[in-house]
Amino acid sequence: MLDNNQLLRFTTAGSVDDGKSTLIGRLLYDSKSIFEDQLEAITNTSKKKGHDGVDLALFTDGLRDEREQGITIDVAYRYFTTPKRKFIIADTPGHIQYTRNMVTGASTANAAIILVDARHGVIEQTKRHSFIASLLQIPHVIVCVNKMDLVDYSEEAYNKVINQFEEFSSKMLVKDVRFIPISALNGDNVVNRSTKMDWYQGAPLLHTLETIHISSDINKIDARFPVQTVLRPQSENHRDYRGYAGRVASGILRVGDDITVMPSGFTSKIKSINLFDKELEEAYAPMSVSITLEDDIDISRGDMIVRTNNKPEAVQDIEVMLCWLNNKSANPRTKYTIKHTSNEQKAIIKEIVYKFNINTLERITTDLEINMNDISKVKIRTTKPLMIDSYRENRATGSIILVDDATNETVAAGMIV
Amino acid sequence: MSKYYLNYLDELESEAIFILREVWAQFQNPVILFSGGKDSILVTHLAKKAFYPAKIPFPLMHVDTGHNFPETIQFRDDIIKEFGVELIVGSVQEAIDDGRVAEEKGKSATRNALQITTLLDAIETNKVDCAIGGGRRDEEKARAKERFFSHRDDFGQWDPKNQRPELWNIFNGKHFQGEHFRAFPISNWTEMDVWNYIKRENIAIPSLYYAHEREVVWRQDSWIPNSEFLVLEDHEEIVTKKIRFRTLGDITITGGIESDADTLAKIAEEVSGMRQTERGNRTDDKRSESAMEDRKRQGYF
Repeated sequence: MLDNNQLLRFTTAGSVDDGKSTLIGRLLYDSKSIFEDQLEAITNTSKKKGHDGVDLALFTDGLRDEREQGITIDVAYRYFTTPKRKFIIADTPGHIQYTRNMVTGASTANAAIILVDARHGVIEQTKRHSFIASLLQIPHVIVCVNKMDLVDYSEEAYNKVINQFEEFSSKMLVKDVRFIPISALNGDNVVNRSTKMDWYQGAPLLHTLETIHISSDINKIDARFPVQTVLRPQSENHRDYRGYAGRVASGILRVGDDITVMPSGFTSKIKSINLFDKELEEAYAPMSVSITLEDDIDISRGDMIVRTNNKPEAVQDIEVMLCWLNNKSANPRTKYTIKHTSNEQKAIIKEIVYKFNINTLERITTDLEINMNDISKVKIRTTKPLMIDSYRENRATGSIILVDDATNETVAAGMIV
Repeated sequence: MSKYYLNYLDELESEAIFILREVWAQFQNPVILFSGGKDSILVTHLAKKAFYPAKIPFPLMHVDTGHNFPETIQFRDDIIKEFGVELIVGSVQEAIDDGRVAEEKGKSATRNALQITTLLDAIETNKVDCAIGGGRRDEEKARAKERFFSHRDDFGQWDPKNQRPELWNIFNGKHFQGEHFRAFPISNWTEMDVWNYIKRENIAIPSLYYAHEREVVWRQDSWIPNSEFLVLEDHEEIVTKKIRFRTLGDITITGGIESDADTLAKIAEEVSGMRQTERGNRTDDKRSESAMEDRKRQGYF
């Protein structure tokens, strides 16, 4: 039984040409995560389309428009389980006009799979995907050199891709990069070890996903507890109960800890930590709990409980790497709603410092209009302080979104520098 | 040293509790859509955990097609009493009687699609701004694209190509008057996760999920239960079988499977060996490749 098994979320970015859909289909099929009726459905479709054999890529078909056009438009989530772990795949489209979907899929991922066609090596799309993975600080990157069957399973071709990748990625902040030569079409090194590449000593993809160390992916140092809501039952048995409900964003909180409530600055001690009817000694990220304090102080949604000896910054001016998600361009005069943990304030984009050309990764300082899919560094001013950490140190307290009050749409996602 | 990571069930639980609290904090008048099926029971159970020691702060809303398993209705009423929550019922029968919807004709007629009108009516009359559902992304390909917080326009419609991006754990439930949201706290759970969790927490579920003797007829590759609504075809024959249901919907369209699994442990074991998807026994999804997507666009669960 999967009792102590962890959940690993990974993202795959790419287009049909890279073999992304085939790879996902292969992972699901070879790990026996596909049901007979699903297999039957795609076997029929494969026949109708005149394909030889079963086209595994059809497993990832989604909405009607996507089927008709043979593309992925939006993020789709897929699931499979092995005796070692449960996996959530955020399957995202790879074209430049879907950068926003890649960013979305990457935001919660522990690992990213980047597919490179062994025949073509590192191309612009590879660079873009790697850049997004590093920008979103995905802790583990697995570069799958695919279509090895089309280069005669040649070690030389594989090494060439590794060299190309390392050359351009040296400037990026990816902590853990691995390379695996695969053929998604034939199943080499996906679930089962390939018999055609004896020169490769490493593990197949699935084994890699099953064993990557992910316990350290969440910040366990800085205790941050954004308050979601206050629980006041006012029932017979719990007349004086006042619990602060939330999910530990990072770090560990223990009963008896000296805490400070931000932004008010009131201090107290943790009296109890509860999960339903269980009393806990400690709570760590990403646990959802409720906390009571020794003192009766005024706390509401948007406040953050932290350890007194380790506080985040409370600031109104932040520098952010911003990915624009909406087809309405950014307007420097608009007041946006900024959402950060459970906190919500108004904000304006004060200055656009530079914009990335996300194909060449060059900084642009001339044309500074922010349009959909643009990634830029900006300065934002908020009406009231946000309790922030840098995104690099803390994904949960270093991320923001902007909402346009005229449409209520989420228009931008930002990583605090 | 103790470990500082959660196992996958605890992580899914924590995520669902987070979503439920976010719904409570961001909306004025949320409800839980309660069908009496295992997924909505699970959501209700998670809501109890999320707000304990306070009561579940959401009413349960049941869209009643009139074609129910009596066991489901009994279970619903028991849960209302046990948790001390309010029940809102939207009745498909009333909508038919009022002439707002017309019953489907023919042998495979169901009231499945008719639920859309009743659901949207109930949402509107009760001024619901967020309906929490037990939908899961692993169920069906259109559901694989759902957000945790899913926007519906003022006609209750879903626009799958124009969904709000959802990043990290920041959820945007802002909406205009007349629009509403659907929230799916167990989006990331699979059928197997649901059963493993129900088993671990020993959650009460309707007896229909356990193997039992029942009068059934073989139709569209599954055992359809005998009921007052069943119209027998010439070649069909009612037999008694030991079956259980893998999902619960209308009594007219929910097929059972032959099974001896009469405990949660046996059910979980049986499900882990299943080679068919759970909705494979639902005739409503067999109509076309985009049957679910089409219904969802109009406002279905």
